[in-house]
Amino acid sequence: MPVQSPISSVNDFVVRFANVNGSGSASANELFARSILRHGVPVSPRNIFPSNIQGLPTWYEVRVTEAGHLGARGGVDMMVAMNPQTWDKDLASIEPGGYLFYDSTKPMPSSKFRTDITVIGVPLTAITNSTYTDPRQRQLFKNIIYLGALCALLDMDPKLIEQLIAEQYKGKEKLLSPNIHALHLGRDWALQNLKCPIGLRVKKADKVGDRIFIEGNNAAALGAVYGGATVCAWYPITPSSSLADAFGSHCKKLRHDPETGNAKYAIVQGEDELASIGIVIGASWNGARAFTATSGPGISLMQEFIGLSYFAEIPAVIMNVQRAGPSTGMPTRTQQCDILACAYASHGDTKHVLLFPEDPAEAFEFAAQAFDLAERLQTTIFVMLDLDIGMNHRLCRPLKWDDARQYDRGKVMTAEMLEDGRDFGRYLDVDGDGIPYRTYPGTHPTKGSFFTRGTSRDRYARYSEEGSVYADNMQRLVRKFETAQDMVPRPLQANAAKPTKYGVIYFGSTAPAMDEAIQLLEARGHQLDRLRIRAFPFHSSVASFIADHDFVYVVEQNRDAQLRSLIVNENGIDPVRLVPIRHYDGTPITARFIAGAIGDHQDQLQVTPLRKVKS
Amino acid sequence: MTYIAKPKFHHPGLPKNGLGYTHRDYEGKISTLCAGCGHDSITASIIEACYELSIEPHRVAKISGIGCSSKTPDYFLGNSHGFNSVHGRMPSVLTGANLANRDLIYLGVSGDGDSASIGFGQFAHSIRRGVNMTYIVENNGVYGLTKGQFSATADRGSKSKKGVMNTDNAVDLVAIALQLGASFVARSFSGDKTQLVPLIAAAIEHKGAAFIDVISPCVAFNNHAGSTKSFDYVREHNDAVNRLDVITGREPISVDYAPGTVQVVEQHDGSKIALRKIDADYDAHDRVGAMSFLTKHAAKGQIVTGLLYVDPDADDLHTHLNTVETPLNTLEAKDLCPGTPALDKINASLR
Repeated sequence: MPVQSPISSVNDFVVRFANVNGSGSASANELFARSILRHGVPVSPRNIFPSNIQGLPTWYEVRVTEAGHLGARGGVDMMVAMNPQTWDKDLASIEPGGYLFYDSTKPMPSSKFRTDITVIGVPLTAITNSTYTDPRQRQLFKNIIYLGALCALLDMDPKLIEQLIAEQYKGKEKLLSPNIHALHLGRDWALQNLKCPIGLRVKKADKVGDRIFIEGNNAAALGAVYGGATVCAWYPITPSSSLADAFGSHCKKLRHDPETGNAKYAIVQGEDELASIGIVIGASWNGARAFTATSGPGISLMQEFIGLSYFAEIPAVIMNVQRAGPSTGMPTRTQQCDILACAYASHGDTKHVLLFPEDPAEAFEFAAQAFDLAERLQTTIFVMLDLDIGMNHRLCRPLKWDDARQYDRGKVMTAEMLEDGRDFGRYLDVDGDGIPYRTYPGTHPTKGSFFTRGTSRDRYARYSEEGSVYADNMQRLVRKFETAQDMVPRPLQANAAKPTKYGVIYFGSTAPAMDEAIQLLEARGHQLDRLRIRAFPFHSSVASFIADHDFVYVVEQNRDAQLRSLIVNENGIDPVRLVPIRHYDGTPITARFIAGAIGDHQDQLQVTPLRKVKS
Repeated sequence: MTYIAKPKFHHPGLPKNGLGYTHRDYEGKISTLCAGCGHDSITASIIEACYELSIEPHRVAKISGIGCSSKTPDYFLGNSHGFNSVHGRMPSVLTGANLANRDLIYLGVSGDGDSASIGFGQFAHSIRRGVNMTYIVENNGVYGLTKGQFSATADRGSKSKKGVMNTDNAVDLVAIALQLGASFVARSFSGDKTQLVPLIAAAIEHKGAAFIDVISPCVAFNNHAGSTKSFDYVREHNDAVNRLDVITGREPISVDYAPGTVQVVEQHDGSKIALRKIDADYDAHDRVGAMSFLTKHAAKGQIVTGLLYVDPDADDLHTHLNTVETPLNTLEAKDLCPGTPALDKINASLR
């Protein structure tokens, strides 16, 4: 076996931290990621964590990527192995030629190491224990000490980390200097005792620009604030809880009346998901902008109300931060597995609008837009996030808002309109777009009241079980859904450099891995046009994109190729023309996976013709 | 759920209330419930109470779940918005509606299947939160629309129409409402309008979670011998602890009470209730005493009715959430959207 030379790479590598849940490592690890950003080098971090509060293994992976590839890469170039529980697995996951960073306070037998990697031991516990006596301090500063050592090993500028720490502890100066001290303890030890830097290095660049570093849940919560949500009802569930929490903390800062201190919002933690969606529907029925945040099991519980929202035509916004199902599934792992459960939620014939943000910036935009769409279309709008977007910091364009933008409150008949003698039929299609007018409760003393119900009724909201009346209403709902096609965010198409017969469709959190996969595929000689779907109902360009290609790959993060099924079903596409590429082990999809799966399929197509055999 | 329109014309000499509305202005569509249904008496009592209080009919939002009782909001206050929502989920829909516009009056109508079985949790939690509402359960101990199954409020040992004995313990919604902190708790009987009308009126005036359990016999499935929710049984076992008058500024709603001790209770909004004690030992301001009184009398097979508990200084969910006085549904982009400067700051903090 040839001797493996150590990996040498500047601004393009993956560091993974293996920690114990609840050990305070998260903030130190995040500090590491942020400090690389301050070098002007993009990073893409991911939390890989268990459904646990304390004690189980947790990982934090930082992809350092000057090229700006923000999808997960796969593989580990440097493992910061701080968890003995997972040592063997962690060690095995290091790429040949990679680096192992570990706490060398206790000697380890050589059988516990690999020969094809560089082993870097730092006696973290010994350094910590000789400096601190308080057990909690020992735990926390150990994390900062390894950060200091990494700073030396990766040739990072300590001033940039110091500055970040200073920003973090602004106003808490008591905590500032001990942290800086711990950082230098680690850095100085590494400089004095190790060969610094190693083959992996961070070099200042200018590739971050004005981008921001934010979690999708936080961005979606801000979108709800900017989109005018006043009522939030929710029930705690991973991975969506931080969305409701963030809405609360943004509202605390941004939504209190400066004079009275009163809140221009109401947040209720429901007793369950049924109550949460019930509160949302009650508030929306009464003219407020309301939303809930949930995940798969919550969606299952909300089904009956979602059908009511569809049939009685009441706006609602559901932020679904998807996790791996079915059932409890893998609560802390990512998937795009609720596509069909949301698109056709509830019993009877239903169809619902889904929005698929690719990153936090789009999560912000789509969350705000969802309220306009919900009120315009008078139905439930799902914002389909997932754990990968929702709970990880992602580098994305700054959030933008047009101050001239007004909320689209949809077709609401006012007291003046009623007074003018306008004919009010709650389910009357006056404009031919399938969207009727509604009135808010309390609008007018004698005109415009109606009885909202989940039972069949006529155009004037009068109870009816007449077949023709029922069918008339159901057909109007189809017309309304057709109207929605042109209101929701359109798919974005990007064509290959050379004309090609093949295309790829993808959506949501797959986007960054897809962008990178296209480059990998081009390098293998495969050209693909691509279409990123951003909403359901599908715009007509989805069908034409498929028609324009011999066949199209549909890349998604679930077992059953749910988006593909939805496309086949809604557009009457021959399933043979849509090749499913499915990733569903709960980890975020990678460019390597996509390029591998599509590349292999493409290779098989390029069959060299046999020479004609002479008889 | 009727499609039969009620004629609008009425006698020109019908009395009018303070706002110039007649009784007819508080009516709804024609009931499709069975002839003699207790629920129709409750509907009539709601109409009477709203008329007496001179409420503008369109300022009430009527919200219900699913079942016979939940159909009734169609039969009163025809100029109000009504919402016949999902089985057992009236409380959450009402909570949301209330959050959106604190200026309307919220009338939640539910049944025993709706509130004591499928929606038991929602009933409990809306009470816990102190939603400003009048929550009426039209309690007949039976599932009517599905033909006579026991509900969770059916007493243990009572018999169904088919002669089956109920072996499960009953849920006493009043006891639970007291325990969960409802600030107005009453029980009444659909056959006793003189008691019921002022209770509904007082509950509407009350700021906070007001709960009324109204025993309302089901003439089709639960009005036989052996039932503890029949007209005869409830009349025989009714133990009224007090009678109310709601003082509307003009005259008391009803005057046909036997004389007794009168105590005037002023509620938070200034409205007044004249409470006439029938049971001298009963104190309607003592939550713990009320719970104990109810338990003792229930053990004796008595159905305690009247205003069982009131906290005249109660507050509500909006107070707890410190929401603005302006209804949330009237706030616009200029009130709600922090705009670009705030977003720029947020962006800057994320670099």
